[in-house]
Amino acid sequence: MRWIWIDKFVEFESGRRAVAVKNVTLAEEHLHDHFPGFPVMPECLMIEAMAQTAGILVGEAKDFQEKVILAKISKATFFDYVRPGDRIRLEARIETITSEAAGITGEIHRDDQLIAEIELMFSHIDQNLAGKKFPEENFVFTGMFTSLLRDVALDKAASGSLKAGSG
Amino acid sequence: MAMSRDEIFEKVRDVLIDALGVDDDEVTAEATLMGDLGAESIDFLDIVFRLEKAFDMKVPREELFPAEGLLNDPELVSNGKLTEKGLAELRARVPHTDLTEFAKDPDINKLADLFTVNAIVNYIDARVNAG
Repeated sequence: MRWIWIDKFVEFESGRRAVAVKNVTLAEEHLHDHFPGFPVMPECLMIEAMAQTAGILVGEAKDFQEKVILAKISKATFFDYVRPGDRIRLEARIETITSEAAGITGEIHRDDQLIAEIELMFSHIDQNLAGKKFPEENFVFTGMFTSLLRDVALDKAASGSLKAGSG
Repeated sequence: MAMSRDEIFEKVRDVLIDALGVDDDEVTAEATLMGDLGAESIDFLDIVFRLEKAFDMKVPREELFPAEGLLNDPELVSNGKLTEKGLAELRARVPHTDLTEFAKDPDINKLADLFTVNAIVNYIDARVNAG
């Protein structure tokens, strides 16, 4: 998740819900091919944006100490195109979180219009794949994410550990 | 709050439709989660989370899918089959599942067949309608 695909968080309730925004621009080169003369944001990249929003929400809930990876896209339903110039609002909500995984429901809106409903599951891989070796450092959460959280207040412990893990 | 088996089955079916993306007519009582409905390991967690919401109760994964934990113990598994001790342990862990067929040839690959829709309904039934 080093590739950042959302612009910033605008709301953040630790362990419960988070809202991020993304501005869609024709400067994104893939829109020139998707599709020629009819640029629309690929649905898979809307899922990616939701996965980043939700992944950071899930990570922060455990003070960024767990390696959080996307494990399942339970649902992804889309209701309209997203075009260059649109600003989309991604709201993720934690439905269930345990030591091994988290279940998320998410909605994407443009202004008041519902664009997508997405449900995801994240796995805390150190808890789930016992015996398999992963690097000691937290390769999922790096300091790159701190800029996304600039507008929302997090408690000091969490933001501190995020910086400490940036390497 | 008592619930009939039909009511429980309907809720379990809705959970499986959402968790596994299957059609309602695929979710029969005898259907196996892995073989017939295509569930993978992460889906078991998804199912647990959704059952907890649907029935408003804690569902420990090892209670619902107790056979998962047996497979790595050499005392319980030998040559890919459950030993007598393993079988006894399995019986103790899955009191809601009929093991008569499985016991004839306790191949651990067939353990997956024990995870049926009915096993979930039995488990919920025992929890909801206990005492």
